[in-house]
Amino acid sequence: MSTFDLNAQSSSTGRRANTTITPQAAPNRRNTELAMLGFAVAIPVLAYANVGLAMDGALPAGMLGYGLGMAVLALLAHLAVRRFAAYADPLLLPLATLLNGLGVVMIWRLDKAGKLLRNNFPAASNQLMWSGLGVLLFIGVVWLLKDHRILQRYTYISMVVALVLLAAPAFFPSRDEDFGAKIWIRFGSFSIQPGEFAKIIITVFFAGFLMVKKDALALASRRFMGMLLPRGRDLGPILLVWLLSILILVFETDLGTSFLFFGLFVVMLYVATERTSWIIFGLVMSIGGAAVVATVEPHVKTRINAWLDPMAAFGPHPPKQSSEQIGQTLMALGSGGTTGTGLGQGRSWLIQFAAKSDFILGSFGEELGLTGLMAIFLVYGLIVQRGLRTALAARDAFGKLLATGLTSAFALQVFVVAGGVTGLIPLTGMTMPFLAQGGSSLVANWALIAILLKISDIARRPTAEPAAAIPEPTRGPAS
Amino acid sequence: MNKPIRRVAIFCLVLVLALMVRVNWVQGVQATAWANNPHNDRNKYDRYAYPRGNIIVGGQAITSSDKVNGLRYKYKRSWVDGPMYAPVTGWSSQSFDASQLEKLEDGILSGNDSRLFFRNTLDMLTGKPKQGGDVVTTINPKAQKAAFEGLGNRKGAAVAIDPRTGAILALVSTPSYDPGSFSGSSDADSKAWTDLNADPNKPMLNRALRETYPPGSTFKLVTAAAAFENGKFQSIDDRTDTPDPYVLPNTKTELKNSSDDEPCENATLKVAMDYSCNTVYGKIGADLGKDKMRAQAEKFGFNNDKLDVPIRPVTSVFPKASDPAGTAMDSIGQHDTRATPLQMAMVAAAIANNGTLMQPYLVQQERSATDVISNHTEHQLGQAVSPATAQKLQQLMESVVQNGTGKKAKIDGATVGGKTGTAQHGQDNAGLPFAWFMSYAKGGDGAQVAVAVVVEDGSQERNEISGGALAAPIAKAVMQAVLNK
Repeated sequence: MSTFDLNAQSSSTGRRANTTITPQAAPNRRNTELAMLGFAVAIPVLAYANVGLAMDGALPAGMLGYGLGMAVLALLAHLAVRRFAAYADPLLLPLATLLNGLGVVMIWRLDKAGKLLRNNFPAASNQLMWSGLGVLLFIGVVWLLKDHRILQRYTYISMVVALVLLAAPAFFPSRDEDFGAKIWIRFGSFSIQPGEFAKIIITVFFAGFLMVKKDALALASRRFMGMLLPRGRDLGPILLVWLLSILILVFETDLGTSFLFFGLFVVMLYVATERTSWIIFGLVMSIGGAAVVATVEPHVKTRINAWLDPMAAFGPHPPKQSSEQIGQTLMALGSGGTTGTGLGQGRSWLIQFAAKSDFILGSFGEELGLTGLMAIFLVYGLIVQRGLRTALAARDAFGKLLATGLTSAFALQVFVVAGGVTGLIPLTGMTMPFLAQGGSSLVANWALIAILLKISDIARRPTAEPAAAIPEPTRGPAS
Repeated sequence: MNKPIRRVAIFCLVLVLALMVRVNWVQGVQATAWANNPHNDRNKYDRYAYPRGNIIVGGQAITSSDKVNGLRYKYKRSWVDGPMYAPVTGWSSQSFDASQLEKLEDGILSGNDSRLFFRNTLDMLTGKPKQGGDVVTTINPKAQKAAFEGLGNRKGAAVAIDPRTGAILALVSTPSYDPGSFSGSSDADSKAWTDLNADPNKPMLNRALRETYPPGSTFKLVTAAAAFENGKFQSIDDRTDTPDPYVLPNTKTELKNSSDDEPCENATLKVAMDYSCNTVYGKIGADLGKDKMRAQAEKFGFNNDKLDVPIRPVTSVFPKASDPAGTAMDSIGQHDTRATPLQMAMVAAAIANNGTLMQPYLVQQERSATDVISNHTEHQLGQAVSPATAQKLQQLMESVVQNGTGKKAKIDGATVGGKTGTAQHGQDNAGLPFAWFMSYAKGGDGAQVAVAVVVEDGSQERNEISGGALAAPIAKAVMQAVLNK
């Protein structure tokens, strides 16, 4: 913890001690959150009506149920925050609700197209169920996680769990429809993507480990080839875990998640040690690693070729293992133009099955246009901004590291998916947080938001007493 | 720790900005290119996402858009009397693009024309569904029908023009095809398309505009026009100095007439036209020379490769370079001279219109669901011959119908001029000859029409094929339909 934070804490405590009357409680912004949740529910419900009117010329039959369901879920989440994290950031919950709601509407809209095209596998009802589970998990985390610092105790267990989760899919048979990536664990028709959960758990490990070792990493280093490198016993374990996870992922050809873990690792190391040399070190390693993987792995080669020439798959002699999806997405985006075709009036089902999962951004880009995509990126940007604001405000190093890590993971995931889908970078195959079809991703991201909310609650909570050595932050506000 | 966190925040901001710049690039700068990419099937589906406008003939829509309501295609095009109107409308198929008016007027028919932008925006704001505009043609349904039924199941084409305006009144090509047989996207549509393309009779060839034939004796009018215009003769009764048979210049080849007992030796222009003397008009052409002949032919529209009506016809040719013997043959519509039926109708029209050649056109009006967007304004392509020459040519053509080979085109109560043609073709003229008839008629009430008919028929004995017998009755029926007789 920096000296700045210590000062801030002691001065506020001092002021409190000197006052004779009880000061007004700091605004907790819960009503702001409730008002914004109103928008976050109303916008998707109106979008739902829009799709129904555009496709059938009538309001959809499920509108009332969907609207009520979303409103109830949002209200439950809000009440949980009001009760258990009263000082939490007021923006995170509405932003996540908005994205989740819009995602369900778009998936429902694409289900309808699938029905007409007779390649139907409806996903909207599943997504709605997963949204419910996600919000329940969110409430559970807000309720049961009394203080994020408790997670610190599970640093090494986290490490083991993350590695087991990551390694698990390798022991399950992969299927044809997985397109080369072994990232699912399946039980019959039920499947989970453990990478999404591992993302959070490994962040907990990195945060816990780095908090303990940060001084050693930053100071006790040796000069090697003009660079300051930490001692092996400080860096060793974390490097090992990271290397293992990357190896597993490369073996499972889950490029997106390997990239995500790498980026996460570099960012957290940089924040913990405050040394720019880590960034350079990380960049060199990632470029080197990417070059090696790209030349060795055929799956990656295909992806890079598809990025360089997205229309190659349409030619008279498409290269082996080529994919139309990037080209289709770019055409969808181009057809959407500035203002889009309107919800329900595009043809993003031309991107095929991935229109509702990996490429849902293409569907939004076509139907809501550039305007809509910019708005969606702004919402993601705001979530990231609020997450890092929480990291800045957090009063403990573990909280700072955890919030930075979770937010960076979220930001990197958004960038990697959106960049891949829009052709900015090669496609790596991950899901768009909250928007894309997929239960694991949805549930895991709700948990991520819940942890961020808890950290922000502790950070923004007016400190009535000097922080106890062992946190007991279950007290309500102004008590 | 806050300093690196702030830097991470800036880094994340850069990531979001990079995404925003990227989508601005794709959806702003490159949007049109991606939207119009040939692999973007949306354009195919868009064309049938709402009712297409109609092509109108004689006040009636001869097209319609049938609701099929698939996800990909919501509407399908259909045509009334498809085979009869196919040379005008062309096709508009979900799988096989479009042609002719359906293609050229697609902006209006699909409603995407920029001139419809205001109306479309208004409709969008008031919640009206998008609707294509209509295209009103100049076709006279009775004339079209007369030509189509006259040609029957013979191979050929007919074109009728209003000489005073250039309005195309009939445009027929046989055998024809039904554009409705492949307007959808099913397997049956694909099969129909494949079969039509493989048909040796080429039903999808628009013979009226897209096929050239040797014009044969009908071209003698152009030669006569060149003779008058260049002062070689003053009157149709001027006697020509022509041997029979005529030996082509610098050769030993004799040019003969269709029979030896025709009075072609030193015949007057009129008699030579009545009997269609090859010797007389071949010699006139050779005497005038290739350049004067070509200049005259070009005034009638030959060698013009941009004669859009708006469907672009193939270029009718009078050759630039020929030896004098070749020019003699060119001047009687053989050798390298080639003309579309449209071109010969234009020659007849220019003569009937006192020498003024009007731009032929097929589209009278373009309109949106409520307003007229454009009206055709007639314009002159040029003065093919002086009015005096035109008078003389009219006398020649009227004489052909009165006294000569064109008697079958006579119409009571109307002034009819015509010219037959029986064009040899193929290696050593081995192919069955093409029967031509070009004519005009003027009714007492001022109605006018110029017609060209060609029949490329293999079903008759060679010596029975003649323009007068085969093509003239068809032309007569078309003229009667226009004159309402």
